[in-house]
Amino acid sequence: MSHRRVVITGTGLISALGTGTEKNWQALLAGTSGISLVSRFDPKKIDTRIAGEVKDFEPEKFIDRREVRRMDLYAQYAMAAAAMAVEESGLPVGPDVPHGYTPERVGVIVGSGIGGISSLEEQHRKGLEKGFDRLSPFFIIQMIVNMAPGLISMRYNCKGPNWAPVSACATSAHAIGEAWKSIKLGETDAAIAGGAEAAITPLGLGGFSVMKALSTRNDDPAAASRPFDKDRDGFVMGEGAGMLILEEMEAAKKRGAKILAELVGYGANSDAYHVTQPAPEGEGAARCMRLALQSAGMNPEDVGYINAHGTSTPFNDANETKAIKAVFGDHARKVAVSSTKSMTGHMLGAAGGYEGVVSALALARGILPPTINQTSPDPECDLDYVPNKAREAKVDAVMSNSFGFGGTNAVLLFKRFS
Amino acid sequence: MSTSVIETKVKGIIADQLGVGEDEIKPESSFIEDLGADSLDIVELVMAMEEEFEVEIPDEEAENIKTVGDAINYITTHKK
Repeated sequence: MSHRRVVITGTGLISALGTGTEKNWQALLAGTSGISLVSRFDPKKIDTRIAGEVKDFEPEKFIDRREVRRMDLYAQYAMAAAAMAVEESGLPVGPDVPHGYTPERVGVIVGSGIGGISSLEEQHRKGLEKGFDRLSPFFIIQMIVNMAPGLISMRYNCKGPNWAPVSACATSAHAIGEAWKSIKLGETDAAIAGGAEAAITPLGLGGFSVMKALSTRNDDPAAASRPFDKDRDGFVMGEGAGMLILEEMEAAKKRGAKILAELVGYGANSDAYHVTQPAPEGEGAARCMRLALQSAGMNPEDVGYINAHGTSTPFNDANETKAIKAVFGDHARKVAVSSTKSMTGHMLGAAGGYEGVVSALALARGILPPTINQTSPDPECDLDYVPNKAREAKVDAVMSNSFGFGGTNAVLLFKRFS
Repeated sequence: MSTSVIETKVKGIIADQLGVGEDEIKPESSFIEDLGADSLDIVELVMAMEEEFEVEIPDEEAENIKTVGDAINYITTHKK
């Protein structure tokens, strides 16, 4: 594309494993499950009664109390993760700070798969009870998906491109990829990119449940998310946010930013096959991984670790394994593959952002997080999934896969920075 | 309902919705200029007061409620 290179200088994570990048990273390395019985509401007749709820989030630590009231939980997660990432990076914006980026050249691309569904449920209930002329005047701004990037741009004075991709479980991988592209093309010099999700609500849980997409291992929540294991029976809903600060490399170096990793490739495509099922043999996923490698000018052998989409559904994990084999050939036996969804649950629109941060950390720190709950090997899933225990490994490049309902795929490729 | 009871309740609603301390809320305080409300906050405040005091505040009347004192006066006058 162009000679401009893009680096990661800040991260923010929120998940069932906790609030904060370091807290999440340590929990991932320890192989901790964040899955438990749903506590936020009574799931009553819903077949699945488990999820990866965020338990330690205090919005007032990141957001003015008054603003909190006006924001749906998904946007609170987005804002808090963005605040962490900006603080870690020291992202300078505006002429009043040393090396400040021109505000018009700083983008915010932050998505959500579902958006403000808890606000939607609450206001619909209120409308039925009191009348639809008694809805909160904040309802629409709580619900719409682009309010997260909107609010982040207001706080940090980012006047560049501002939008929210919506592509189900690939949402925030698309956000990061599109932010990368914008910097590569020279439209922008920096971006806040990622995604957030807060859809563990009666409609969210009930909706995925009736699709038979979710695990029903209610009696053993910590063992419910078991990607690539023979006994997997569906995904477990997670929630939270994953946010990255991307900067053009020369500018980041000039200001003395601490560079975590380089984002070198991005692929985006479609299965054009089915609303929920992946294309046979993981055809679309394989094509997307190849696109990411091509965009980086890299070979499969360069990749040492894949942070898999690995949802723990029978379909995804078998197909993703086939797709990896198709792309990586003999190297598929050597590359480490793990799914951190085994611990966080599936964070839907926040998954790509969360796993993008995990990929960058794996590169920078030389440790690969495991796939937990690996007890019964599946003959269809026969790669090295880094079972149960984190592993020290100095890898040069990491691939992060995200595939969504609707047949949408996004793959990111990260490289150790040198 | 006495004016002082109304005043206390109105201040409570404002403090809760605008996230300001009750000691900052004076009868002469302007919702927008002093308490930092925007147009959406005003809509929410009006609706909350309508529900709390069971009064109806038509839009054209709501436009004239600019200070905390205006709100207290309106409710005192219209509350049955």
